[in-house]
Amino acid sequence: MPEPILSLRKLEARYGDFQALYGVEMALNEGEVLAIIGANGAGKTTLLRSVSGLMSNAAAQVVYHGQPIGALRADEVAALGIALVPEGRQLFPSLSVEENLLIGGRLNRKGPWSLDAVFELFPVLKERRAFASTALSGGQQQRVAIGRALMSNPDLILFDEISLGLAPVIIKSIYEALPGIVGDGMSAIIVEQDVSKALSVSDRVYCLMEGRVSLEGRSRDISREAISRAYFGVE
Amino acid sequence: MSDQPHEISRSSQAARVAAVLGALIIIILVAAPWWAGRADMRLMGELFLYLALASLWNLMAGYAGLVSVGQQAYVGFGGYMLFALTIFGGLHPVFAIAGAGVLGALIAIPVATLIFRLRGAYFAIGTWVIAEVFRLSFAQLSALGGGSGSSLPVGIVRSLASSRSGRESLSYWMALGAAVTAITVVYLMLRSRRGLALTAIRDNELAAGSLGIDIWRTKFVVYVVASGLTAMLGALIFLQKLRISPDAAFSVNDWTAFVIFIVVIGGIGTIEGPIIGTLIFFALRETLADLGTTYLIVLGVVAIVVMLKAPKGVWGFIVERYDIQLLPLRYRVNVKEHAKR
Repeated sequence: MPEPILSLRKLEARYGDFQALYGVEMALNEGEVLAIIGANGAGKTTLLRSVSGLMSNAAAQVVYHGQPIGALRADEVAALGIALVPEGRQLFPSLSVEENLLIGGRLNRKGPWSLDAVFELFPVLKERRAFASTALSGGQQQRVAIGRALMSNPDLILFDEISLGLAPVIIKSIYEALPGIVGDGMSAIIVEQDVSKALSVSDRVYCLMEGRVSLEGRSRDISREAISRAYFGVE
Repeated sequence: MSDQPHEISRSSQAARVAAVLGALIIIILVAAPWWAGRADMRLMGELFLYLALASLWNLMAGYAGLVSVGQQAYVGFGGYMLFALTIFGGLHPVFAIAGAGVLGALIAIPVATLIFRLRGAYFAIGTWVIAEVFRLSFAQLSALGGGSGSSLPVGIVRSLASSRSGRESLSYWMALGAAVTAITVVYLMLRSRRGLALTAIRDNELAAGSLGIDIWRTKFVVYVVASGLTAMLGALIFLQKLRISPDAAFSVNDWTAFVIFIVVIGGIGTIEGPIIGTLIFFALRETLADLGTTYLIVLGVVAIVVMLKAPKGVWGFIVERYDIQLLPLRYRVNVKEHAKR
């Protein structure tokens, strides 16, 4: 069996006195799409923050391509080919759409993604390339956030609640674009509260409850009852 | 909006008018020795030096989030380096000013390495402490006059120009050049690739980091460049004053508090803000200077009122109301109203 590209080994995370993750074990294989589901406060975003370097952990708790990266800064993690599409988009309001995308391409990593490739994926962004990012609708801003992460040509892309605050029709169109994004050997972790959306695009799923993994399995095999139990902790 | 005819450019009517007016004003200012009196030139020279100091502080605080209350460390350091390099090194004052800048940037490297470990208010306090360390250290140097300071020897002053009017003109031009250089450096830096990163850091530090921007290094470069240029300004300031002492050289009031006042009332995080702020500061100072300490109270009241009523400063208020950019950094979408009809 090939080595996973990302392993979480007894990952613990704290906000001061509050412990958000308790010994989370997880593995992601190359080209795999992993969904992480769970209720509010289950630790999903904390897990992505730990992987992306926004939270500092013990080095050996996050291993990427065999290298301990748990203690690296966010920019060092990004340079290794891990990109984050953060919750709430977090665009740069002073910059135009194109400038937001170019910031993502600063790392100059080789790969299929360029400004033209992002504009081909999301034509509306080409049309609005010179607009202030704040002048865009929520769905368009989410496309900028995804395009910005892709511009770094990552090997692993982390999506944090990409459907949050968007209309169902917009969520649908963004999820329809995902297979075109995560093909070609790119791996992905999708954190999502919308369970059916998460299951529809992922190979495997982990459910978190109160900072612990409560369920793990192949997305197509997992039953709704098992998810309900793992999600809410009730029979 | 996309259905309406529109054009995209950095430029605008206001920016083009500002560029032409700016060029005209610079030409008129360069010619000041032929039309202005001695006192006016001295005042304008001082105004330009404050404008340059404010532009650099704005680059650090307004763009890189480095709220330093210790930039007097570099003003004083630059001033002392001018004296040391001319008196002991035998350098011509103009070369000594450049040397002060280089040495200022060099000394900023270990200082930054130390104080970048601090965050927010602790960083601000740390910079002040460093400035005090500089002041106390230079007060120990008896070769440079110790606590009572020293004057620039007449021979060095005369090496600038043989006549007094020649020296005054040269000092004035150097101050004008410093202001134009500081604004140009800030403008070009912000329009560069690094400027994009700097703006991203100002907007959202966490997102910038997760996109691979090395926040520490970007801020470090800004701190070192701004400090080196501030040291050059310090050398220029004390070349005009001809005398230096630790209290004058490392005065937090003169070189940092007034500068912060200028940037805050003008508009922090904008290139135009320090220009407006400097004009307001000097207008207040020249009209209220006779009031003694009341003048400082009025400055404080003005600062508080501006912070409460227009937290983005006078320029920020104008931009919000009229959407004007005189030194355009961002692209704009201009909808063509006539074509629409």
